[in-house]
Amino acid sequence: MSASQPATARLSRLVPYLAIAPFLVYVTVFLLYPTLIVVAGAFTDDSNRLTSSTLRVLTEGVYLRAFARSIELSAVTAVAGAVLGALLAWAVWSGPREGPLRRAVTAAAGVLAQFGGVTLAFAFIATIGLSGVVTNFLQDQMGINPFSGGVWLFDMPGLMLVYVYFQIPLMVLVFLPALDGLRPEWREAVESLGGSGWDYWRNVAGPVLFPAFLGATLLLFANAFSAYATAAALVSQGSPIVPLKIRGFLTSEVILGQQNLGKALGFGMIIIVAVVMTLYALLQRRAARWLR
Amino acid sequence: MTAPTPDALAPSAPSAPPVASGVAGRARAPRGSRRRTVWRWLLLLAFAVFFLVPLLAMLEFSTRGAGGRTFDAWRAIVKDPDLVSAITISLELAVLTAVGMLLLLVPVATWVHLRLPRVRRLIEFICLLPLTIPAIVLVVGVAPIYAWVTYFFGESSLTLTFVYVILVLPYAYRAIDNGLGAIDLRTLAEAARSLGAGWASVLARVVVPNIRGALVSASFLSVALVLGEFTLASLLNFNNLQVTINLLGKRDSAVSVAVSLASLVFAFVLLLALSYVGRRRASSGVTEEG
Amino acid sequence: MGYLELRDLEKSFGGVLALDGLNLDLAAGELVSLLGPSGCGKTTALRIVAGFETPDRGRVVVDGKDMTRVPANRRDMGMVFQAYSLFPNMTALGNIQFGLRMREVGATDRRRRADELLELVGLSPHAAKYPHQLSGGQQQRVALARALAIRPKILLLDEPLSALDAKVRVSLRDEIRRIQGELGITTLFVTHDQEEALALSDRVGVMSEGRIEQLDTPARVYREPATPFVAQFVGVTNALHGLADGDGVLIDGHRLPARGAAGHPRGSAIRLIVRPEEIGLSPVENGGPVSPGALTGTIVTQSFLGAFMRLTVRLGGDDGQLLRVDVPSLEAERHSPGSKVAVDLAARPPIVVAA
Repeated sequence: MSASQPATARLSRLVPYLAIAPFLVYVTVFLLYPTLIVVAGAFTDDSNRLTSSTLRVLTEGVYLRAFARSIELSAVTAVAGAVLGALLAWAVWSGPREGPLRRAVTAAAGVLAQFGGVTLAFAFIATIGLSGVVTNFLQDQMGINPFSGGVWLFDMPGLMLVYVYFQIPLMVLVFLPALDGLRPEWREAVESLGGSGWDYWRNVAGPVLFPAFLGATLLLFANAFSAYATAAALVSQGSPIVPLKIRGFLTSEVILGQQNLGKALGFGMIIIVAVVMTLYALLQRRAARWLR
Repeated sequence: MTAPTPDALAPSAPSAPPVASGVAGRARAPRGSRRRTVWRWLLLLAFAVFFLVPLLAMLEFSTRGAGGRTFDAWRAIVKDPDLVSAITISLELAVLTAVGMLLLLVPVATWVHLRLPRVRRLIEFICLLPLTIPAIVLVVGVAPIYAWVTYFFGESSLTLTFVYVILVLPYAYRAIDNGLGAIDLRTLAEAARSLGAGWASVLARVVVPNIRGALVSASFLSVALVLGEFTLASLLNFNNLQVTINLLGKRDSAVSVAVSLASLVFAFVLLLALSYVGRRRASSGVTEEG
Repeated sequence: MGYLELRDLEKSFGGVLALDGLNLDLAAGELVSLLGPSGCGKTTALRIVAGFETPDRGRVVVDGKDMTRVPANRRDMGMVFQAYSLFPNMTALGNIQFGLRMREVGATDRRRRADELLELVGLSPHAAKYPHQLSGGQQQRVALARALAIRPKILLLDEPLSALDAKVRVSLRDEIRRIQGELGITTLFVTHDQEEALALSDRVGVMSEGRIEQLDTPARVYREPATPFVAQFVGVTNALHGLADGDGVLIDGHRLPARGAAGHPRGSAIRLIVRPEEIGLSPVENGGPVSPGALTGTIVTQSFLGAFMRLTVRLGGDDGQLLRVDVPSLEAERHSPGSKVAVDLAARPPIVVAA
């Protein structure tokens, strides 16, 4: 690139970047700019002045409790989903890799993990709702009223149950590839050196899988924390968790002086999820080093 | 509730080791594993019960009638005009999103592989961003944008396509990226160019046919995601399948349970079919083992 | 009676017969290779000895004790796998010590033994490295050290060099030979690479379709193949068409002495196995052949292979059989494509096998 052809040379070097310009414009309009709106909104007050007062409201009472409940819900269902999901993943993985069981479980897991909180909410209403199948069974056949202490399905305990129903499949999807990374040679080497199955899990498979397991738990946490549809379908009164509070800001009257609170809540969510996802990515890299 | 899948987040799969270890075809279970087999099947049974009970309950609930079993709720699925239009809209959205995703991503992903390796990190970051921005938060920022969208494009629910393509970015980009990584793109493109093909030809005739499996994969995942999407549709005041199911639930729970079950089964069949398509493509390609 | 005995081993996998009555005796301190193409059953045999498979029939006896039903982790054997068998979460030192930990050897003794073995395989400076930080050859050395740490009665190697680069393969092969010799440990080595088998072993067992076709020293397996399979699997060879003629054969009408010809009915079709380097060529000046009964041929092609030249010679007329002949490069100058040569196939009596 000599100085004698500056203009055309510079232009032709730009051409490849121009080719991805439409993509960048699209993403800016529909992803980056909206994110900016949320982030900026979190730091401004109603008269569009830069302030931290909106964010500070989050640390008070109602909102802090909502975050606490969101975190509790996410943490509990993440751990439960991770442990149970790992067990299910192991049970499926022990069989043939291309076999029908594994395919069917993977497809089913894909559906339940990703498909739609609304359908799952209705599944549970049909099961253990007020006139659900299991409810009727317990009442008619065994004389137990599962709702004697209140209708818990439409509150936190219900959310936890339904969340676990989609956390376990997500764990199976994320953890199966990790299990696939366990080489049969390791187990055989342990045996040839005098170790038992327990020695294998305790000394090799366990430590090797641990980063992947931890990472998956974090992923489950982020998943539950971000979830909206299930809660929206189950909980129609009150907003115990953060996503439902945000719903409140979008659908009902907003109190004067707190118009940007919804955005502040959103910003809080982004921060938490971003931190968790970064940790997840780091753990994945470590897991990949051993599970190649 | 769009859960991030491992495909979208796992670091790119390392290439297969060059040694064809004879282990692959061998029975995995060593001796003395009968106890393990018992545990395994007990676990599978327990989980099967846990997961099937709600699904069976949906079947029971949706077929309750005055004098026994009735399929009225199921018949209503095709008779209720709101539901039918919602199903149609969701299917149309699914197709539009898949097409939009392909048009947007295939050129970009190809270009990143061939000419712009430096931008790769940026593109990957952008494509993973939707996983860090929960849908419920994205909708807050997207709402003002949609005021403009409906101004230009009308009130149709189909305008959701724009934001749905964003939602599917993580999964679709990862699938296409992996697909491009598995073929020797540079050599193929150079061969085509040396034979006189323009870039459009290279894309259409060389790249696309060789990553068909990845494209099918990305499309199926997009369809599944769109059919199950609720958050954005509901809070932007559009009508799609999930929104309608939810509204219907307040009015006639039997029908909403029936259509929920139907859509779950449909998505299951879709993803099961995907697992077979994916495998066939992989095995029909050229393998590296000598 | 050997130190390791395999008696009538039979094993099927889902209807496919992998081992069809395998018999093998290893003397103490011997290194025997099982050589054969994929699917011949050699790895199955090794895995049965290790305890990872149970035979449908037959026995494995070690030092007089029947081990057939003993679980793999109580057999006191060391095994080196083809690849990827090092525990990724442990250093080289940790890997080597693993077997000793299983035997509850104390920390200081473990450390000392592990250091000894690192020294033996020449990897002392790499003790604290993790497997992903080691090259393929280094990994296999650690795997070897790990297997030897527990002082096993028998060392089993499952194609340990197949995944390595050619140069590394050769140097590691010599190391294995040296170490095995030094320690005097009874060793069973499985490979599909005949050069490896011939170079390493005290004896070679050539396997095909679940049975051993020939078990002999490398020299005899090469020079005196017992069956057509062995002749064609081990080394490059010619298999000429001909007819049996009492204690000799007829090749294109010329009679030659040959081993094993008597075992075939006179006049029946046979093939004659001749190694390329055992054929004598002498140029034919314009004029008749040197001796009336000698075979003549024309040189068709030549390929320079470094130490020797590989020539193809067409016997007799235009549609005669093609013969591959290797001559030392220095001699090769005498033979150029198109020239006529007299072919001496009986410098070392060739072997007859059925057609």
